[in-house]
Amino acid sequence: MVDVPYDRIADVPPAEVPEVELYHPKSWWTQYVFSQDAKVIAIQYSLTATAIGLVALVLSWLMRLQLGFPGTFSFIDANQYLQFITMHGMIMVIYLLTALFLGGFGNYLIPLMVGARDMVFPYVNMLSYWVYLLAVLVLASTFFVPGGPTGAGWTLYPPQAILSGTPGQDWGIILMLTSLILFIIGFTMGGLNYVVTVLQARTRGMTLMRMPLTVWGIFTATVMALLAFPALFVASVMMLFDRLLGTSFFMPALVEMGQQLKYGGGSPILFQHLFWFFGHPEVYIVALPAFGIVSDLISTHARKNIFGYRMMVWAIVAIGALSFIVWAHHMYVSGMHPTFGFFFATTTLIIAIPTAIKVYNWVLTLWRGDIHLTVPMLFALGFIITFVNGGLTGLFLGNVVVDVPLSDTMFVVAHFHMVMGVAPIMVVLGAIYHWYPKVTGRMLDDWMGKFHFWVTFLGAYLIFFPMHYLGLQGVPRRYHDLGEAAFITPSVHTLNAFITVVALIVGFAQMVFLFNLVWSYFKGRPSGGNPWRATTLEWQTPETPPGHGNWGKELPVVYRWAYDYSVPGAKEDFIPQNQPPATRAVQGAAT
Amino acid sequence: MAVAIVLLLVAVGSVLFHIYSPWWWTPIATNWRYIDDTINITFWITGAVFFAVIAFMAYCVFRFHHKEGRQAAYNPENKRLEWWLTVGTAIGVGAMLAPGLVVWHQFVTVPADATEIEVMGQQWNWSFRLPGKDGRMGTTDVRYVSSDNPMGLNPDDKHGQDDVVIASDDLHLPVGKPVKVLLRSLDVLHDFYVPEFRAKMDMVPGMVTYFWMTPIRTGTFDVLCAELCGTAHAQMRAKVIVDEESDYRAWLEKQKTFAELSGRSAVKRATYESGGK
Repeated sequence: MVDVPYDRIADVPPAEVPEVELYHPKSWWTQYVFSQDAKVIAIQYSLTATAIGLVALVLSWLMRLQLGFPGTFSFIDANQYLQFITMHGMIMVIYLLTALFLGGFGNYLIPLMVGARDMVFPYVNMLSYWVYLLAVLVLASTFFVPGGPTGAGWTLYPPQAILSGTPGQDWGIILMLTSLILFIIGFTMGGLNYVVTVLQARTRGMTLMRMPLTVWGIFTATVMALLAFPALFVASVMMLFDRLLGTSFFMPALVEMGQQLKYGGGSPILFQHLFWFFGHPEVYIVALPAFGIVSDLISTHARKNIFGYRMMVWAIVAIGALSFIVWAHHMYVSGMHPTFGFFFATTTLIIAIPTAIKVYNWVLTLWRGDIHLTVPMLFALGFIITFVNGGLTGLFLGNVVVDVPLSDTMFVVAHFHMVMGVAPIMVVLGAIYHWYPKVTGRMLDDWMGKFHFWVTFLGAYLIFFPMHYLGLQGVPRRYHDLGEAAFITPSVHTLNAFITVVALIVGFAQMVFLFNLVWSYFKGRPSGGNPWRATTLEWQTPETPPGHGNWGKELPVVYRWAYDYSVPGAKEDFIPQNQPPATRAVQGAAT
Repeated sequence: MAVAIVLLLVAVGSVLFHIYSPWWWTPIATNWRYIDDTINITFWITGAVFFAVIAFMAYCVFRFHHKEGRQAAYNPENKRLEWWLTVGTAIGVGAMLAPGLVVWHQFVTVPADATEIEVMGQQWNWSFRLPGKDGRMGTTDVRYVSSDNPMGLNPDDKHGQDDVVIASDDLHLPVGKPVKVLLRSLDVLHDFYVPEFRAKMDMVPGMVTYFWMTPIRTGTFDVLCAELCGTAHAQMRAKVIVDEESDYRAWLEKQKTFAELSGRSAVKRATYESGGK
């Protein structure tokens, strides 16, 4: 076995980064509300996403109550159940996770981690948030319009999404599509910013292959989002036309409740292709930032460089590229031409290889580390378990013939909640515990954090691991009531009730977390500038929280990669990226 | 220490749950045992990987958690180890993909002697159609759908006249005979789903989809809709009864053909028209 050293502090000659003229706020309004500071925008994104995410959390309680104890809650009928699952899914995937990872973490961390003063287009960045907020408000308004929100499922498959057999046909679906269109407009403004900032505004010495993996993850996810969201955009516009103008993009000739409708010639499967051409990359748009962030959490809290950095970068890029040619694995039983199955099963299983490399490198980073079991580290470990579990069940669903019996069952629900629900949220939570001190200058309470972790992790695992077996038995998804069927045994109802009870407990544990966020803001232990003794630039700012412009008079200069932890011969067990090599030589001589 | 034990317990508990789970697939009723076999192979491989990764992680946490004076090792890369793991993973993936594609090939290759039958979905019930004595089903179009002709058969197609139409009743199938199930929808997406059959496929308005299977045991099976189709999605039910050949024949004798069903209504219409004159 040959250990290859990485980046032996050699050449740092890139071009000078010119000074940026920033718009300095003149009033409270322009400092905290219509702010052009990426850090403030990040907080705005995060708070908005969390607020709408709480709505999704409540919806999940309501649908679990219905599933666990069908018939007990008279205020939940079939229509409402469908509206709950639709809004829960859409909010969690797009308005919470996408917005939080890219708009929240992206805005806060990209400029700080690459050593920039701000995003390159601060004004557009501000607009991005306000358009996002508008999208969220339009979405939330559907709870109050006649007919309520759409109940078409988060996939919004036509024809049913725009026909009268589905709740929310009047206003719900129109506003849902409008909201998605707004979201994409807002995201595009932000996304261009993140990409250009990473490519153009890195400080001296910050080569691409010295960027922290957090930036690599968010950057690649943003590029993917810029390529994938347009497919959803056109699909939304076309479906709006079908609904409002009577076009037939997705509508064949059909008979609804005995009435011949005027549609004809369209293809419902076309929508599915457009939706999943967006929808599958979307899974990785949520996953890649999580991959990047968790790499940095593990490395920092195990006091050890991330193992196989170059391979990690290439794995992120490879996953991003491959994720554009696997979309139809969501459509194995859609009725598309069956020969597609061979191609998409092969590409889908190939994507498991770079993904597995990432997992190996995370656990190999722990090997011979100095593992501090802090709250961020616990969440990182929780992420690895849930992600490995969810990733492996993806090999069932990706392998076309295995998908046939399992598709549209609770197995699918369990799989995607584990892999793109629980796992990324583990990272989000770990990341909040990790960076909260930088944002506020105070530590989150440790005891509440550990309680929050154990209840959330073990609870979520108890919810979703057994759920796979319900699907294996054949229990279909999107059923508000399983009704009578020979294969639905009494034990199915027992397990459903158990899952509901655990889900409520996990839900309430999040209240402890929210309390911690507020409590620690006022009463938390002051953190200092670099409480985790981390190497990356955001911990080296002159002020904590960092002021507008991030750095003092001069931008930091980067001399090394982001993972110089426990370097042999160094005095400390970490060397910041902006520490010049001369210092290191002196340290080496001193010991 | 405690953390390492909990992590290990999660891995061990998952394996034990798998072994002792009372929730397991339904007894299979068609020739698609190969699908179950492929699932089993996948369970073995993924289960081994899952246990190995989590156990290794738990060991690392146990062995290398922070103690006063511990220093982490510094080894940024190890090309040999990384390539070795990549190749190993590729082999594991191949071991699942190869049988999967072989079985998929069988799944999409309909045997020549398969009898065509038709299942039609609409909000929120099922209809069925069997070919008549000529062994062929007539053409259909949603434009022909009316209360007299709920499945939209072409009234001018001679192949359709002897088709057996089962509008609101259970479907019977003979055991041991391969069937190609043609799937059609009048309004929105549906999915003909019988857990014991393993095979399923969406039904899409505007096109005809299909799958094939050979029932291997007699019995009564619940039909559910597996693709969200609106308010009463969960109540869209029917039954499929797999019979011995003789029972199937007896049942088939009693069914009405399209001509019989529409003939009766044609007579009604004629009476009405002549009465009007």
